[in-house]
Amino acid sequence: MAFLAVSSLSKDFYGLKALDRLHFSLEQGEILGIIGPNGAGKTTLFNIISGLLRPTEGQIHFRGVPIHHLKPHQIAMAGIARTFQIGKPFSNFTVLKNVLVALGHRFYPGLLSSAARFEKEAHVGEARELLARVGVEAYQGSIAKNLPLGFKKQLEIARALALDPSLLLLDEPMAGLQYEESERLAGLIRRLQEEGISIILIEHNMQAVMDLSERIVVLDHGVKIAEGSPEEIRTNPQVIEAYIGREERVA
Amino acid sequence: MLGGYTITVSITIGIYIILAISLNIITGYAGQISLGHAAFWGIGAYCSALLATRFGVPFWIGLPMTIAITAMIGSLLAIPCLRVREDFLAITTIGINFVVQAVFLYVPFFGGAMGIGGIVSPFSTSSFFWATLIFVLLCIALDRWLVRSWMGLALESLREDETAAAISGVDVVKFKVAAFAIGSGLAGLAGHLYAHFMTFISADDFGFPQSIVILSMIVFGGIGTLRGAILGAVILGVAPEIFRPVLDYRTLIYGGLLIFMMRFQPGGILGDQSLLPRIFRVVRQRGLAPVKSGG
Repeated sequence: MAFLAVSSLSKDFYGLKALDRLHFSLEQGEILGIIGPNGAGKTTLFNIISGLLRPTEGQIHFRGVPIHHLKPHQIAMAGIARTFQIGKPFSNFTVLKNVLVALGHRFYPGLLSSAARFEKEAHVGEARELLARVGVEAYQGSIAKNLPLGFKKQLEIARALALDPSLLLLDEPMAGLQYEESERLAGLIRRLQEEGISIILIEHNMQAVMDLSERIVVLDHGVKIAEGSPEEIRTNPQVIEAYIGREERVA
Repeated sequence: MLGGYTITVSITIGIYIILAISLNIITGYAGQISLGHAAFWGIGAYCSALLATRFGVPFWIGLPMTIAITAMIGSLLAIPCLRVREDFLAITTIGINFVVQAVFLYVPFFGGAMGIGGIVSPFSTSSFFWATLIFVLLCIALDRWLVRSWMGLALESLREDETAAAISGVDVVKFKVAAFAIGSGLAGLAGHLYAHFMTFISADDFGFPQSIVILSMIVFGGIGTLRGAILGAVILGVAPEIFRPVLDYRTLIYGGLLIFMMRFQPGGILGDQSLLPRIFRVVRQRGLAPVKSGG
């Protein structure tokens, strides 16, 4: 049984097929890369997995349980966390408070537990540890909107990790990062995998995605056009066509 | 001791403070803009008045009943608000205000245009003042507890970014309804006090203009902060007394004030990023510095 199984998943936006009968699966502990030109449906796929969008057709099973009808917070509780391509921090909160919101997932369901104080030393300490793990603990007191882009992205990862996820969806985590920043992030992603977290990585930075992923799925116009090891993808003529062929036509 | 006039104004301001705190929970913390808060106040007042006059329920028993019933109706009315955001939510809440007011006005059970009179206050005016003061303090305590709780954190995360909150494990529907339930429950408390203080209520007391006044209080004082809600309620509660000679222009003054604040101090007088608190923080830091170095 696959850890995450996506089967014949389709999403129509008013007649536009953002995803068209997409099939793929993810094994536990794997890093799966998803690449494709802009508008290929990559972020739509994340939005469906994380419950922000309902699929028009198809199913998603997580550890054998269907999740495509669940709400975003239920999917978060089930252990699927994500980040956003364009960062979505709680802008006016401090960095620490951003992480605390996600730590609260354990306390929100019960009336009594949600009435308890959130700024207890134990919770704050746990949030600090998460910030240290991704390397933004120095900014814990800063207001999130004032952070440089690279740190905003790392903050989002810390917030996602606060859900104690078994599956992490990273939407272009390398975009806009300096070389050293993206190297550090690649190191973090590998460490998370070693800790047993499965990861789906949407990324335009080909070097990074080829280095990190064990398998890669290529989307184009909502259709899976290729799937395989980084080596297979690199030499796949259809992939080269999707990326480069069109540029030739423009030129 | 305070004179009768001062006490009357103080009780009114106390009721306004409770209203401002309650709207601040819905709009300031949870970020759900409500332009119909007077509806919840009215539901509380009518519930309290009916319990007192029709069923002879005493003040202290009517109090928890009114709060519970208003909170329940508030959460039911929140359901149409769940599907809409921002400007559409504002319009929906205006609609709720008009519908609720029309029900009070046209359904005979609610006394129609005559309203409901003959509510008997259990207190003398000065005891009523102390009772109101205690309720204000209880509301402040509840507010302080709320902002320090996981629930308060969840509410504020909805205001910051609903999508990010949802994927962080916050049940959006549950916590929006919770905000409306707590906010309308406290508005019910304000309605209970108002009905027993005035001893006569009518639908006119709870119209859309009243909702704007309550919203103006928290915007003026500093939306999303307790101190702002209190200060706004005090200032806009006292203002009609001071400006009695120009009462006809009250709406004009409120409107002008709102535009002025939005332009120059969108965080309100005491908002976290507003001028006064920033000056205060600087002064406090400089004021403390010598003490630290000296001791």
